Amino acid sequence: MPASESYPDDLHYHREHDWARIEDGEALLGITWYAQDALGELVHFEAPEAGAAVTKDGIYGEVESVKAVSDLVAPISGEVIEVNQAVVAAPETVNEDPYGDGWLVRIRVADPAEADGLMDVEAYKALLAEQ
Amino acid sequence: MQTLRRTPIHERHVALGARLVPFAGWEMPVQYEGVIQEHRAVRSDAGVFDVSHMGELEVEGPKAHEFLQTMLSNDLDRLEPGQAQYTLLTNERGGIVDDLIAYRLEAGRYLLIVNASNRDADFRWLKEREVPGSDVRDVSDGYALLAVQGPRSLERLGLAEAPAFTFAMEELDGHEVMVNRTGYTGEKGVELMVPAEEGPLLWDAVLARGVKPAGLGARDTLRLEVCYPLHGNDISPETDAISAGLGWVSALEKDFTGVEELRRIKEQGPARRLVAFVMEDPGVPRQGMAIDGGGDVTSGTHSPMLERGIGMGYVPSDRVDAGTELTIDLRGRPRKARVVKKPIYRHEED
Repeated sequence: MPASESYPDDLHYHREHDWARIEDGEALLGITWYAQDALGELVHFEAPEAGAAVTKDGIYGEVESVKAVSDLVAPISGEVIEVNQAVVAAPETVNEDPYGDGWLVRIRVADPAEADGLMDVEAYKALLAEQ
Repeated sequence: MQTLRRTPIHERHVALGARLVPFAGWEMPVQYEGVIQEHRAVRSDAGVFDVSHMGELEVEGPKAHEFLQTMLSNDLDRLEPGQAQYTLLTNERGGIVDDLIAYRLEAGRYLLIVNASNRDADFRWLKEREVPGSDVRDVSDGYALLAVQGPRSLERLGLAEAPAFTFAMEELDGHEVMVNRTGYTGEKGVELMVPAEEGPLLWDAVLARGVKPAGLGARDTLRLEVCYPLHGNDISPETDAISAGLGWVSALEKDFTGVEELRRIKEQGPARRLVAFVMEDPGVPRQGMAIDGGGDVTSGTHSPMLERGIGMGYVPSDRVDAGTELTIDLRGRPRKARVVKKPIYRHEED
């Protein structure tokens, strides 16, 4: 079942509809409810390799639905330490739980101060309201 | 900025919360609940597509048969009134102006159901070439067309079985409907044609019988699984019937536009052919991606039934056998696919 629309307040948001949950020098990255809804049911996650470097605002992978493909944009720089294999095997997990089981990669954060440039939930909701 | 046309069913799509997108100048539902769900509903039960955007041309007169015989690739002599056939409107180079279904209404009267994107071009093409005694009219705006497809479609509609590519006027929940035994999904099914103003009520009647609404997204994945070509993707005025594997609807013994060129291509063998393939590696092939060794993807998607990438594309004629390995450039990543016999998916008979 697709998730209903929500935007948790413990995340950092990127304007390209990606999120980061930053904790203890690590971050989980994923896409927002808005992004998965716009794409429709995901059928493929083109994941980076563990060990790959990701750069803030840079592309670290792709997700695809039947009709469309979308780049994944890193909200924050770091090194990939884990790829969510559950999403590789069942990409629709992102539609069902975009902030929980549908996380995409875990990274070791290079510079926590980069998070200051990201949006909080109120700013992100304001951005959505303009779209 | 061009205003998008809306079908007679438009308000029903809005009420159902469909996602509407521009398609061939029309505002059309691409999905209601989800492409994959709608695809599976059609494969397992029954779905209804609003295809009222498609064009309907009538060709009438004592010379209508003779005229269309010279314009269309398939042999109309094989049709009795009440029968229909898949055929091609061809150009002088043997290219495909459009693919369509010709319905023989009466001895001197035909209905052509054509692609929405080619409606105007087809009409002009025929109008410019029509001969005294054959009158071509675009009657598209007068009709709504609903495709009801799936293994349980006839049962849901309360219609009896009938041979494919036949049609008849039948009564359905108080509507006089032209019931065409045709479709674009590879499933059992019908296409229902009624006057435009009756469209919304017929749509309601079909949904009330438990048929699920399905959008253009599922229509594309369904047709690609069974390798039905899409004009503008897999076939075009620049591609010919022989290379596209449509020799079976090209009556090369009769005279029609471009037949000499098609005979020549058949005799010499086409340089490239349209093949179907299934991805062995992860990823979804898309139209325009290059196939290693010369060739390109003309249609690609994710198959909900196979749960992997599938597609069609033109490849050199020495690489068309089933089992041939292809390498497709998926946005800079070389990914393996394998040529398969068409169709990619076949419904198992129960």
